[in-house]
Amino acid sequence: MGQVKADMQGAQATGSSARTPADRPLSPHLQVWRWHVTMLGSILHRVSGVALYFGAFIIAAWAISLAYGPEAYDDYMGLMGSWFGKLVLLGLTAAAFYHLANGIRHLVWDTGRALNPKLADMTGIAVIVFTVLATAATWWVALIADVI
Amino acid sequence: MTSYKTDLKRAKGYGAAKHGSGHWLTERLTSVALVPLGLWAVWSFLRVAQWEYAGAVQWVREPVNAVLLVLTLAISFHHMHSGMRVIVEDYIEHKPTHFGLIFLSGAASLLAAAFSIFAVLKVALGASVADIATITAAGA
Repeated sequence: MGQVKADMQGAQATGSSARTPADRPLSPHLQVWRWHVTMLGSILHRVSGVALYFGAFIIAAWAISLAYGPEAYDDYMGLMGSWFGKLVLLGLTAAAFYHLANGIRHLVWDTGRALNPKLADMTGIAVIVFTVLATAATWWVALIADVI
Repeated sequence: MTSYKTDLKRAKGYGAAKHGSGHWLTERLTSVALVPLGLWAVWSFLRVAQWEYAGAVQWVREPVNAVLLVLTLAISFHHMHSGMRVIVEDYIEHKPTHFGLIFLSGAASLLAAAFSIFAVLKVALGASVADIATITAAGA
């Protein structure tokens, strides 16, 4: 009791702003959690979202290069057709399919459905499987259609 | 200066800003729209990538393609700014950085949206190579 009181006084003395840090436990930190599929799914949603954020600028550049004319367009498509460009596009394809499928999962959750742990695990795995299959199928089509 | 008011007392009376649900709703609506638009965009990119410049121009000049492209770009940039805003709100506590990053993300998204949509409209509504050839031939 006396220790707690001393800590609180210490926090008030050191806190320069009006809002002193609350003297109560923080939420469990990332590293103490056992990895599970719903956690992975949540992290991947954010990671794929950030990837698509920057990917959107790459897609916008496609439209802008087209408006600039044939040389700019060829430069753009040449860059995208390089091994590095293809690697970026492969990542963006996977991010797009993941974010899309997991986004639907979120939209279903928003209606209050499929929220129990068992279903959340199942749909989480389904989204990852879908992402792998859809990405593979897209790139298979791209290679067969002689795009790249 | 230490305020003797509690956090609750300071917040009470001001009321909610009344735009929290709007942000939430916009995120849902844009994501619903992006499900078909996203699939269409992936499929379209696969097709367009097969063609040279002239083929791509011809594809954008199709009204349905131009309209869907503009919608995809506008809604995507709106959605991605909404998402980035949530990420900044989650991780950046330092207020100037917090608002600076949200402003930066908004400005970058808005500029990219404006330039790319203008580019699509320019290609879709601009004179085709064939038109220019005809005009040049008539003038000569």
